[in-house]
Amino acid sequence: MTRLEASHLSVRRAGRAIVDDVSFAMTDGTFVAVVGANGAGKSTLLSVLAGLLTPDAGMASMDGAPVVRMDRRELARRRAYLPQNPRAEWPIAVERLVALGLTPQLPAFGGLPGGWEPRLSEAIAACDLTAHRLQPATTLSGGELARAMLARALIGEPQVLIADEPVAGLDPRHALDTMARLEALAAAGKLVVAAMHDLTLAARFASHLMALKAGRLVAFGPTAQTLTADLIGEVFDVEANVVGEGTGVYVDYRGLTDRG
Amino acid sequence: MKALPRFVLPTAAALLLLATAAGSLFLGRVNISPAELLAGIVSPHASLAGLVVTELRAPRAVLAILVGAALGLSGAVLQGLLRNPLAEPGLLGVTNGAALGAVIAIYFGLAHVFAMATPLLGLIGAMGAGALTFAFGRTSSLTLILAGAAVSSLMAAFLAMALNFAPSPYAAYEMSIWMLGSFSERSWDHVALAAPFILAGMAILSTMGRAIDALTLGEVQAQSLGVPIDRTRVLVLLGVGLAVGAATSVVGSVGFIGLVAPHLVRPFVGHQPSRTLLPSALLGATLLLWADIGTRVIHTNTELRLGVITSLIGAPFFFWLLVRLRKLAP
Repeated sequence: MTRLEASHLSVRRAGRAIVDDVSFAMTDGTFVAVVGANGAGKSTLLSVLAGLLTPDAGMASMDGAPVVRMDRRELARRRAYLPQNPRAEWPIAVERLVALGLTPQLPAFGGLPGGWEPRLSEAIAACDLTAHRLQPATTLSGGELARAMLARALIGEPQVLIADEPVAGLDPRHALDTMARLEALAAAGKLVVAAMHDLTLAARFASHLMALKAGRLVAFGPTAQTLTADLIGEVFDVEANVVGEGTGVYVDYRGLTDRG
Repeated sequence: MKALPRFVLPTAAALLLLATAAGSLFLGRVNISPAELLAGIVSPHASLAGLVVTELRAPRAVLAILVGAALGLSGAVLQGLLRNPLAEPGLLGVTNGAALGAVIAIYFGLAHVFAMATPLLGLIGAMGAGALTFAFGRTSSLTLILAGAAVSSLMAAFLAMALNFAPSPYAAYEMSIWMLGSFSERSWDHVALAAPFILAGMAILSTMGRAIDALTLGEVQAQSLGVPIDRTRVLVLLGVGLAVGAATSVVGSVGFIGLVAPHLVRPFVGHQPSRTLLPSALLGATLLLWADIGTRVIHTNTELRLGVITSLIGAPFFFWLLVRLRKLAP
């Protein structure tokens, strides 16, 4: 059982509150979609939750321990983090890229110990990359690279996955594929937290929805109850209908809210 | 190209280095037959042949190996840290700092008071330049590059000033010739001065493999994998400062070895940064030995300087690198 908590988190930059007094608790087995307009503080909040950024006030904690004070490698073993648009800087093979996800598990020197090979093959197969295993990562298409990075994040079997806009820039097929993988992870008992802009995808796949506006937490709860036309109006200043339910739900944008 | 098995490249590079090192003991300006040299080394009595090897060629070869390995390893680690194929050891300002220290020693005539003044002041110059880069550039990779460039230019400005106000034309000549790099008249004293710093720097740099591998994913992901980015940056600066600073202070500026060696190695190890480290060090040593052999066997009226050879071969390589990069990223 993993519990990720934020209590009175605040991050300020140049006198402006990017994240403003945010508190919540989430547990494993859920897929939380974090939504909000550009600049609402989603990325900053995720960085703080991942322990990559020290908040100016409040704290993020995992199972009661503040993440910024946890041992780096221990933290890295328990949670994986995927930034926006990750890319490979050298043309290393896909299998090497995926194996980098084991960095916190490995000793300081040497290659991948033989015992890890089955796990590597498994992680590569799980993300449908077997055919690309020896291909240079820099030659992958956007969708393939996204899968490779997901395999990289998941190979260490972290309890928590924090992903910043994992479907940004993906075509519909790859976006659906990625969302289904994240949903399956949550169903398998992990905690998935992902920032995203596509409300329809969030409505269909995420079990929970968190909405931020100007750094403040506006709503957090089960997606079906939380994602309403009123919330969309409040958070994005657009008029929208939430149509249908279950796997058929979609968000229909009708226009800008008249703020006259 | 598919990556070779893990041990193949280091073994091949080590064998090549051994062969080159042996060759460098038998080749030189004074033409003595290999048999005579061998007899000189093994015989208990002092002989000219024995002295040429043990007092002239051996320290020279050992210094070339140390300096070449320091440059090759530093280049590989810096390219990995900064994820920039054009990164080279001079980037952090320590090379120019060492040159400035050495030139100061020549300027004030200290080199004529005691022989080791030049490398000693070079070492102090390198450490000072490294400290300056550290003070201004430790917060991010970008500021590190910028601070290195600023420190390099500052040192270059002082170097130009020293040449400008040189006490005599001869001193100016001595300074500019020192900066071209050379292994001539280097003794075991030079080895003893530089070796501890070079080895300490290389020891630090050789622990960076896991971190620069993770940096293939970018700084944020590397940090999320538990790599302490800030500490890595500081350790790399310290390692490069010690190794390259000491190397430059004893032999002068030697360009391109640190830039070229990692590129020659990379395709054979599947571009994995950590696997370029050891082969780059071995290849850097081999390349510098070849360059040194070149300065000895190519007969010119004035001594052909080391830095001239490495630049003459290194600069065309730079063009080749440009063409290749253009092909990779159209």
